[in-house]
Amino acid sequence: MAAPQTIALMPAEQYAVETARRESAHAQIWDVLDSVKDPEIPVLSIWELGILRGVKMEGEEVVVIITPTYSGCPAMDAIAEDVSSALTAAGYTRNRIEMQWAPAWSTSWMSPEGRDKLRNYGIAPPGEQALCCPHCNSDEVELVSEFGSTACKALYRCQSCLEPFDYFKNL
Amino acid sequence: MTKIAIDTPLEAYAVRLGDDALVLGHRLSEWSSNAPFLEEDLALSNVALDFLGRARMFYSYAAELRKDQTTEDYYAYQRDCREYTNLLIYELPRGDFAFTMARQFMVDVFNLEFLTRLQKSSDASLAAIAGKAVKESTYHLRRSSDWMLRLGGGTEESQRRLQDAVNELWGFTPEMFSMDELESGLLAEEIAVDRAVLADSWDSQVRSILTTAGVSIPDSSWQVDGGRRGLHTEHLGHLLSELQFLQRAYPGLEW
Repeated sequence: MAAPQTIALMPAEQYAVETARRESAHAQIWDVLDSVKDPEIPVLSIWELGILRGVKMEGEEVVVIITPTYSGCPAMDAIAEDVSSALTAAGYTRNRIEMQWAPAWSTSWMSPEGRDKLRNYGIAPPGEQALCCPHCNSDEVELVSEFGSTACKALYRCQSCLEPFDYFKNL
Repeated sequence: MTKIAIDTPLEAYAVRLGDDALVLGHRLSEWSSNAPFLEEDLALSNVALDFLGRARMFYSYAAELRKDQTTEDYYAYQRDCREYTNLLIYELPRGDFAFTMARQFMVDVFNLEFLTRLQKSSDASLAAIAGKAVKESTYHLRRSSDWMLRLGGGTEESQRRLQDAVNELWGFTPEMFSMDELESGLLAEEIAVDRAVLADSWDSQVRSILTTAGVSIPDSSWQVDGGRRGLHTEHLGHLLSELQFLQRAYPGLEW
C-alpha cells in the first residue's frame, strides 16, 4: 500500500488573515487592494505575495496593514504609495499604512495561485519539493548566486535548457 | 536641528543595536560596484540592505519611544562619532574581500545566537524585530561560512589573506560579549540579551569552521573595546563624513 500522502496545512497566521478577509465588512477595500502589485514582480498582487495583512477602519480612515518581505526591502515605500493611490482613486481619500513586523513574513503565506503566476513569469516559486527550471521543468539545476536581482531571490541556471532563472527563496 | 539626549535605557539599547546594523550596512554597501565579480556584488549589496533595514527598525522603535518629533533619520544623520555606540568591529574599513567576509562570518555567528535570544525579549517590539532579522542572519551565515572554506581552501594567496584578516579581527571580537551597566539593567527586566553567555558557543562554532578552513586561531591576549562608550577608531569619522554629508550640507533634504 502506498504511503498516505501528506497534505500541507496552511500556516496558522495565513489562515487567520484569510479568514479575516472572508469575514471582513470591508470586502470592497480588499478588492481594491488586489489591484496593487509588487513593483519588482508585477504579476503578483500584494495579497498573493502574502504581505497584505489586514484592513480596518478607524473612524473615516482606512488603515491597511502590510509587512515587508525582507527588512531592507526597498520596494516597501513604493508599495505603500501604490496602496495609498489605489485607495484614493477608489474614493477612500483618507487612508494610512501601518507596518507590521511580527509575525515575520514567510514564503509559506504565498497563495497557490501566486506560485503558479510566479512560475509562468519565469521565477521558480519557493518551498516546492524539488526546485525545477520554470522554463523546461527540468530538475537538473545549479546555484549560480545566493542572491539574485532582489533580496528575496537567488540566481540559478538550468543544466538542461541552459537558461538562467530566478528562484524565490524560501523564508 | 537641535541635539537630543537619549532618554531611557531602552531607547539607548535600541539605538546601539541600530548603530551596529547601520555601520556594518554602510561598510557592506561600499562593495556595490566594487566586488570581485557580479554575483558577489549583488550578494553584498543585498546583505547591506538587510542591515540597513535592521537599523531602520531599531531606530524607528527608538524614535517611537520618545513620543516627540524625533525620527529614525535623526539617529543616523545628526549624531557625531562620540554619540555613536556601535561595536568597534563593525566600523573597521572593509579591507580586502577576505577581511570583509571574515568579519561577516564572525558577526553572523554572533548575530544568529543573539537574535535567537532577543526573540524572547519581554519587549514585544525588540522581539518582533529580532524575529524578522534572525531569518536573514541564518542565510547570511550560510554564505559567509561557505566563503571561509573557499578562501581557506583556495589558493596560497586567498589562504594568506584570510589568515591576515582573522589575525587582525580577533582582538575586536571580545567586545561583542561584553555587558555594561545599561545592558545588565535591561537583562534584569528580561529585555536585553546576556551577551556573556554567548561567548562559548560562538568560540566553538568559529573555531570549528576556521580550523576546517586551515586558518590558525590567533593568540587572544590583545583585545580592545570602547564603542559602547563612544570611543571609536579613527575610521568611524571617515565613514560618517560620507554617510552624513548630504544631510549635514542640506539639512532635511528629501529626494
